Amino acid sequence: MRKFTTLTAVAAPLVRANVDTDAIIPSREMKAVSKTGLAEGLFAGWRYIEIGGREPNPEFVLNRPGYAGARILLGGENFGCGSSREHAVWALAEYGFRAVIAPSFSPIFYGNCVRNGIVPVKLPAQAIALLAAAVERDPAATPLTVDLVARKVGAPDGQSYDLPIEAEAREMLLEGLDGIDLTLKQRAAIEDFHARDRAERPWIYL
Amino acid sequence: MATAAEARAGGEARPAPASLFDKIWAQHVVRELPGGAALVAIDRIFLHERTGSIALKSLAAAGRGVLHPRRVFCTMDHIVDTLPGRGDDTRMPGGRAFITETREAARAAGIHLFDVRDADQGIVHVISPELGIVLPGATVVCPDSHTCTQGAMGAFAWGIGSTEAEHALATGTLRVNRPKTMRVRFEGRLGRGVTAKDLALALIGRHGSAGGNGYAVEFAGSAVRALEIEARLTLCNMATEFSAVAGLIAPDDKTFTYLEGRRFAPRGADWEAALDSWRGLAGDEEAVFDRELVLEVDEFAPMVTWGTSPQHAAPVTAAVPTLEASGTTREAFERALAYMGLESGQPLMGLPIDAAFIGSCTNSRISDLRRAAAILDGREVAAGVKAICVPGSMSVKRQAEAEGLDAVFRRAGFEWRESGCSMCFFAGGESFGRRERVISSTNRNFESRQGPETRTHLASPETVAASAVAGRIADVRELMG
Repeated sequence: MRKFTTLTAVAAPLVRANVDTDAIIPSREMKAVSKTGLAEGLFAGWRYIEIGGREPNPEFVLNRPGYAGARILLGGENFGCGSSREHAVWALAEYGFRAVIAPSFSPIFYGNCVRNGIVPVKLPAQAIALLAAAVERDPAATPLTVDLVARKVGAPDGQSYDLPIEAEAREMLLEGLDGIDLTLKQRAAIEDFHARDRAERPWIYL
Repeated sequence: MATAAEARAGGEARPAPASLFDKIWAQHVVRELPGGAALVAIDRIFLHERTGSIALKSLAAAGRGVLHPRRVFCTMDHIVDTLPGRGDDTRMPGGRAFITETREAARAAGIHLFDVRDADQGIVHVISPELGIVLPGATVVCPDSHTCTQGAMGAFAWGIGSTEAEHALATGTLRVNRPKTMRVRFEGRLGRGVTAKDLALALIGRHGSAGGNGYAVEFAGSAVRALEIEARLTLCNMATEFSAVAGLIAPDDKTFTYLEGRRFAPRGADWEAALDSWRGLAGDEEAVFDRELVLEVDEFAPMVTWGTSPQHAAPVTAAVPTLEASGTTREAFERALAYMGLESGQPLMGLPIDAAFIGSCTNSRISDLRRAAAILDGREVAAGVKAICVPGSMSVKRQAEAEGLDAVFRRAGFEWRESGCSMCFFAGGESFGRRERVISSTNRNFESRQGPETRTHLASPETVAASAVAGRIADVRELMG
């Protein structure tokens, strides 16, 4: 997994409540058993004029001038709700996003971000509104900074916020760690657990 | 007052009072990890062809195996067609590859597969309880957000991503941040025509689609105790629409009676030992939760959604709310109404519908079909309304046919399908039409969820049936004997 330390980049405001994973990557855009080939389908229902088409909708934030190369997404409450599909995060990552800032996230989406090198940043709605307002005045000239090392989010106008994140999620993102490798180091503890548990709950062990 | 965490830390000689969730958690911690997370043992893993296929494929590509294949199950439900005579080909473009690749990967991994033509095929969250795969006190994961459904059996069951599924498959564990705990007590007696689905929509309507964010939610109270198992599954199913990590209900005699003799349920001495253990799972009287909600249910009415989030829910007798009463932001409110083609103050009852759908992991079990059929018996779907019923599993379908329910649905004008997730969502194959208004027993009314620009109103199966007959959103109580 790609490591994440600090990033200063264009941010795209999509500050709507309940942006669901069907909206991030519609089912019809998940065309193969694959983690790739998804960037084109990102936000397809909003980004293109016709369902299934590819003509850009000029109103949608990612198609507006100044937002080319956006790497940070500003979202609304309950971001990533709905289906557990990790394709939503794979699509965001393939498009180029490395951080999503929202007041709250669906728990599954949050976990999927951490496992794919995207930093999920929880900030109060008020802070996000201020950041979005600053960005919208001149997106290209107002890159935001997500600093996972210093645990800060900032804007060129001096706004600065603490970045809250669990210790393990931060570690995994900073080091680009694979959870399976980490866990396999605990193999002995896992085997001990199973030996003990099998005696206590034999019906679990089919 | 002590917080739940302080109460747990306790430090006294007597064990701190524990909730159902606390007990399951304690039993499954392999090792505490730094920063409040834990390595948690996983008892059952379920996969399906849409998100499980990629997990199996990716795991194999990394040269890793499945640690406990006998405790891993896979079904074909999301992409498989539900039209009669179905096979591996699908209306969804490219669907065949999901099915054949899942089959190959499942066989190679040596896991249980409920294939397209298997007698036990069905929607994962319908067949898992039906086959006794999910058990009280167990940890169950699946790369599917509605895995929380299975918590109704007294399990800790939650949805994960595909990468986490790989982790669970390879190690038999997951690295989990311990969720906070919430108890939601529904007290009182449900009125006529009011169901578990209405409880869920009322809760989310009142406390918001993010109201349960970060919590494992235990549903309790007299109204929950009175619910049969299938209704409890419906209630827990919607926990994810509340943004909860999981929904749980303490197992009781109803749970044990339901499970006994099912295909993968314990037998003989194991059954007796399991029962002993399960009887101790219910939370202690003094257990402390991080948050508690109480809802009095006596006055509840059948619920219908009016917008594009499950929190946009109201009694069927109500009108589309004002912005102030909607509990949402102006932007979200206006966007939802524009999408749904509705205005503030418009009564919900009487809105003309184009289609009616009964199915999904929320409401496709035999009791759901029986209640809908009771409304449809001797009646007909209104002219011009497309009506579809999709049983949640082949077993539900066979049972319904043995009871003659299929004939009731068909005579009324409903299509009668093979089991699967079907038109709960649009995957590029079958869908409802642009700006068509659909009343649906499913769980999500998101924009374009059931078809491009399709307008979904969530409701219980009997409200769907009553509305199909009326050709407009209807109060099922007016059709009840």
